[in-house]
Amino acid sequence: MKLELRGITKRFGALVANDHIDLTVEPGQIHCLLGENGAGKSTLMNVLYGLYQADEGEILLDGREQHFAGPGDAMAAGIGMVHQHFMLIPVFTVAENVMLGHEQTRAGGRLDLDAARSRVREIADRFGFHVDPDALVEDLPVGVQQRVEIIKALSRDARVLVFDEPTAVLTPQETDELMAIMRQLKESGAAIVFITHKLREVREVADRITVVRRGAVVGEASPTASDAELASLMVGRAVELTVQKDDAVPAGRGLEVRNLEVTDARGTVLVDDVSFEVRGGEILVVAGVQGNGQTELAEALAGLAEHVRGSVRLDGDELVGRNVRQVLDAGVGFVPEDRNEDGLVGTFSVADNLVLNRTDGPPFVRSGALQLRARDAFAREKVEEFDIRTQGIDTPVGRLSGGNQQKVVLARELSRELRLLVAAQPTRGVDVGSIEFIHKRIVETRDAGVPVVVVSTELDEAVALGDRILVMYRGRVVGIVPATTPRDQLGLMMAGIAPGTEGEAA
Amino acid sequence: MSEPTRAAAPAGAAPAPATDTGGTDGGAATPPGDRRWHEAFARIVSGGWAVSLGAVVLAILAGSVMIAFTDEAVQESAGYFFARPADTFAAIGQAVGGAYAALFRGAVWNYEADSFAAAVRPLTQSLTYATPLIAAGLGVAVAFRAGMFNIGGQGQLLVSAAAAGWVGFAFDLPVGLHLVVAVVVGILAGALWAGIAGLLKAATGAHEVIVTIMLNYIAFYLLSYLLATPGLLQAPGSANPKTPAMAETAVMPGLLGDRYNLHVGFLLVLGAVVLVWWLLNRSSLGFGFRALGENAHAARVAGIDVRRTTVLAMGVAGALVGLAGTTQVLGLITTGFGADIDAGVGFDAITVALLGGSSPVGVLLAGILFGAFKAGGSSMQALEGVPIEIVLVVQSLIVLFIAAPPLVRAVFRLPQPGGRARRRPGRGATGTPTSQEVAA
Repeated sequence: MKLELRGITKRFGALVANDHIDLTVEPGQIHCLLGENGAGKSTLMNVLYGLYQADEGEILLDGREQHFAGPGDAMAAGIGMVHQHFMLIPVFTVAENVMLGHEQTRAGGRLDLDAARSRVREIADRFGFHVDPDALVEDLPVGVQQRVEIIKALSRDARVLVFDEPTAVLTPQETDELMAIMRQLKESGAAIVFITHKLREVREVADRITVVRRGAVVGEASPTASDAELASLMVGRAVELTVQKDDAVPAGRGLEVRNLEVTDARGTVLVDDVSFEVRGGEILVVAGVQGNGQTELAEALAGLAEHVRGSVRLDGDELVGRNVRQVLDAGVGFVPEDRNEDGLVGTFSVADNLVLNRTDGPPFVRSGALQLRARDAFAREKVEEFDIRTQGIDTPVGRLSGGNQQKVVLARELSRELRLLVAAQPTRGVDVGSIEFIHKRIVETRDAGVPVVVVSTELDEAVALGDRILVMYRGRVVGIVPATTPRDQLGLMMAGIAPGTEGEAA
Repeated sequence: MSEPTRAAAPAGAAPAPATDTGGTDGGAATPPGDRRWHEAFARIVSGGWAVSLGAVVLAILAGSVMIAFTDEAVQESAGYFFARPADTFAAIGQAVGGAYAALFRGAVWNYEADSFAAAVRPLTQSLTYATPLIAAGLGVAVAFRAGMFNIGGQGQLLVSAAAAGWVGFAFDLPVGLHLVVAVVVGILAGALWAGIAGLLKAATGAHEVIVTIMLNYIAFYLLSYLLATPGLLQAPGSANPKTPAMAETAVMPGLLGDRYNLHVGFLLVLGAVVLVWWLLNRSSLGFGFRALGENAHAARVAGIDVRRTTVLAMGVAGALVGLAGTTQVLGLITTGFGADIDAGVGFDAITVALLGGSSPVGVLLAGILFGAFKAGGSSMQALEGVPIEIVLVVQSLIVLFIAAPPLVRAVFRLPQPGGRARRRPGRGATGTPTSQEVAA
């Protein structure tokens, strides 16, 4: 089925999220939609899927104009979507999830599970998936859950398949498998839209590439284009993809983590017997697939975890058992993974957010009163220093772009006297220009002799930024290796396979 | 070595749809429902002045319809509407106009009085009624700003009234000192009573709505018991559940002499407005309250002690409601009080805080408006025979319209709040689910 989008325009108030976008996807073709976070890719796909109504433009399938009032219409017309976050019910079986929404029933309204089971088997066999129709979705690995999503779309005879950032949660190996599946789907004649901002994946599978920037199509690229060409198309200028840094000069005691264990309220072990050291002037990247305990490890270092055992020593001082305030006062800077949730108060001004964790004493608070003049002077200085693009220091921080929000967090943390910097996913959801800046500041912090721990799920970032890389899998340390370790070995480690050579294997 | 019990299955077995990019797969994830509730809460408690004004206008219009419907002359003339429609409209105009004129005369300026002193009396009466409403409204507003819904105004008010009243009649202290002690004790009692709710929330996570409602019952029946037990709060030699009159030394002096009811409590409340403004906008404590109210997660990460701030916010809220309680017993009804001393102020305070957008100045204005409704409502009934319940309906409609801002916005064509959908797309992958749909 041939999909055509013509002149799709979608506005949110004054913002034009999609500006006359044209896109044609032929059957048997993988069409890559490449763009930064916030370029308008997801908005476009939500228009296609009937979640949004376009203000202008039309959607054509095989030349016939379509009007989708909701996802139901889109599905009926043959469009299937594999969402970034799986739309599956964890406690249902695979077959139940696949039938959900168009259940076949037998007499008396009883569900016809057998029909659903055989449908799952039939599709799974066709593409060589190994999926048990009766397995509970919550028991399945992420890669398999994604296949269930694909089966779900195919079970409704989708001829146009949209993959929205499908590799964000996958290990490199799982990503390769997904690529193979996409090629198979293409062979079977499906039209595939693949949304991503990862250049490597694009060049691997794409037949055509459309680059979107600021809501508009800025051009087409051929799959043979180099990374640098694609990146500069994406951001509109040449971008430095590597991080300029000298070799680390470790000095001082820095951070020593011994047998750290973090559990949640129910006693599930999230960080399991983790030990490592980071000396001053060194960056350790904690790598791994999202959800393998890195988040909890970072939170434990910042004093945010409730149930912690083991030891975290900073220059010899024990941090476990201290509250967040005391950990901050000990000189720990923390860039949380989810800045909107944990790092910023969206309705507060840029200035207030810059002093958010410094309202316990001078210079910003004296005898219980906020020192607005000191705050504003500080804010102006930091906005300048960190190149925070904002209308003013009184602008609510929620109105800033992701990159500028992250700069606010970074400015706040880096302007305290630091003895340790913990940055979790510091460049997630940040435009490429800001990524460069943030990486530069992190390296500068290292060069000032501060031990730095960076949590990253992006292998590219881990390799570019780290001096050493610690890979976590299921809460444990798989190994700690130099940043020069080959990527395929790092990929295996992210899947839990310990390196045969060096490192503190689990 | 044993496997961790399903430890952190890769990428979380099923990321909640609301947490973007698996943003917070960990324990700190906010359930989507919780977040939606929080957003609705934030929107309702800070609707902005345009919505407040619109809600008042709409409620008064709706009140007019009810006045017209319940008016006998209107009903009669409607019987021959098609013969002489003008009669019906005239009757409606007369009923509605008369009612609101009476409201105005009872609440602001009695233009039919002979002297200035008599003409201005309604205004002072409105301010007198507004006094406890403003104080208690501030109490609810402070809790709102810290992200909590203080429904316990009634209980806090009763407890503080009992404490201040007890000091007021049972102690023998010098002039001046007696009043100060009574007021301070009343305020402290309110703070402690609300502090219980704060403490329970901080220590156990019990929801403050449930706890404060239950504390209302406890306070009411506790006070009823004290009032009915000789030797406690009951006036000696009386069988009524009522306290003795306050000692002269504990009564708040009148502001404008004996002819008017307006008392010093009004000045205390004005002082409280200023104090709360300073607290919320200029103090580090208030900064913590607001940070907690806007984003508790970020507040915690920023080293703000969430438990301590929760208890303190409820304490301050209770202290302000406590001020309302003391003005009731030491200013308005000084001849002794019963268990009905709260006179609905504890609940009206919620409306006042909502109408005032949880800002101190807004609460001041909303409190005065509600004081005027209270003062004018009775004159409306006395002069025009309009049931006083109409005023209550108008007040309730105000709440309804504020809680439904989209309706008010639609009616008055106000812009939708600079909402999520309009945010710059660059907000990125860690945004809320709505912004995610827009972004990336």
